[in-house]
Amino acid sequence: MIDAATAAARWRVATVMAIRNETATVKTISFDVPGWPGHLGGQHVDLRLTAEDGYVAQRSYSIASGAGSGPLVELTVDAVPDGEVSGFLHEELRIGDQIEIRGPIGNYFAWSAAHDYGLLLIAGGSGIVPLMSMLRSRDAAGATQPARLLYSSRSIEQIIYRAELDRLAAQTANFTLTQTLTRDAPSEWTGERGRIDRAMLARWQFTPAGHPDVYVCGPTAFVETIAEHLVAIGHSASNVRTERFGPTGAIRT
Amino acid sequence: MLVTRGFKGKRRGGDADRLRLPPGQFLTPEFPVLTAGPTQQTQIDRWTLALQHGGSLLGKWSWEQFEGLPQTEITSDIHCVTKWSKFDTRWRGVTIDDLLRAAGLDAAPTGFLMAHCDGGYTTNLLVADLIGARAMIATHFDDLPLLPSHGGPARLLVPHLYFWKSAKWVRRLAFREEDSPGFWESQGYHLRGDPWREQRYEGDQ
Ligand SMILES: Cc1cc2nc3c(=O)[nH]c(=O)nc-3n(C[C@H](O)[C@H](O)[C@H](O)COP(=O)(O)OP(=O)(O)OC[C@H]3O[C@@H](n4cnc5c(N)ncnc54)[C@H](O)[C@@H]3O)c2cc1C
Repeated sequence: MIDAATAAARWRVATVMAIRNETATVKTISFDVPGWPGHLGGQHVDLRLTAEDGYVAQRSYSIASGAGSGPLVELTVDAVPDGEVSGFLHEELRIGDQIEIRGPIGNYFAWSAAHDYGLLLIAGGSGIVPLMSMLRSRDAAGATQPARLLYSSRSIEQIIYRAELDRLAAQTANFTLTQTLTRDAPSEWTGERGRIDRAMLARWQFTPAGHPDVYVCGPTAFVETIAEHLVAIGHSASNVRTERFGPTGAIRT
Repeated sequence: MLVTRGFKGKRRGGDADRLRLPPGQFLTPEFPVLTAGPTQQTQIDRWTLALQHGGSLLGKWSWEQFEGLPQTEITSDIHCVTKWSKFDTRWRGVTIDDLLRAAGLDAAPTGFLMAHCDGGYTTNLLVADLIGARAMIATHFDDLPLLPSHGGPARLLVPHLYFWKSAKWVRRLAFREEDSPGFWESQGYHLRGDPWREQRYEGDQ
């Protein structure tokens, strides 16, 4: 593993190839990363920004694109109010710009086709990003175990990857998508309404039956609450993998 | 160094604060929670702390006995590998030095230690990083009992290393001759984790 570790720890210069809007506050940025060693769904990278006088800021971002070894790496970034790095990525970054990046990092909050035991995925807000990477990886690998996603957003407008999720749900026999809106659900909304609770988890069979791998991602408070519910409905704590994106308030749900 | 076109940075907190930050870290006013899984809920009446060396037990304390050991306060900056740092955090607990004394040892065993926690979490440390009043088993934060989400009832505190080394819900400290990776260390994180040398990941020097 030393070689892979050394490769992942090395800073590389990535070039911005494309930027697209996902929602009013969320963008996906595609980077060309020469020598990229490949990644699993759910892993993340570190970005390093350097100002002219040497001032540096680093942040972690989940990889949004599916597993693979190609040089293209996509990140999906939510513009946090007054955010130092997310603000720069949203307002300043242009196609052709270069940025330092290293990874992939984290083998724990990651999914590989070699361990396909069924998946329960629960996302709040931009916490969908690493879970989308897992779904994309799974789709590409033709995985056969069932997967379920329960995704909480404030409003329809804030749902990230909406069209692609709907397409995956329609085309993939063993994937079930459930969305809930916590703030403004229009009258024609057919999904769930309100915050995820134990009843909602039970209704969509987010139960321990079959010992699926459970992944929860979102803002810290969201993840804490969901993980508590999951243990209360019988999941063993060691099957519940969590990724907390940051302090409360920094990321919207 | 590659200058990022158009990046100026927010530079919150001024020069003095920035000199206090290890490379790549930023200052947070909050105290974020990070754990690999759900928060463990450990009852105090069933809590014990064990100290082991190789196969033998050096000492074991119930909660009541543990609270009777000499108490020390440590105020220190803490640094999480996910990039946030927090200044002047105030902890109370029992230093590893005092724990060794309570077990009747004059000096710490040489070599390494594995910390074992509720929920199966482990982390490996150099004994040298734990002695000399640099590390403790902390039971209080800001004079209040440590919340479960922050590792209560008791967590290891090794503030001069990245904070994943300050294992939450710690129950057993096992001294050993040889080093081997704990939980995060076998998932691609660095064996020692010194923030000033930016030892975040396996492969960092
Ligand atoms: C493993 C991991 C994966 C992640 N993946 C993603 C992802 O895929 N997509 C994504 O969008 N995010 C992700 N994040 C979050 C990301 O790393 C950043 O935390 C996020 O983009 C905010 O960074 P920022 O520099 O924009 O904001 P910051 O400048 O860090 O500020 C965050 C918030 O805190 C406030 N704040 C900061 N410092 C102070 C201060 N001194 N006083 C008062 N207020 C302050 C700011 O006003 C702002 O609201 C991930 C985090 C982790 C740990």
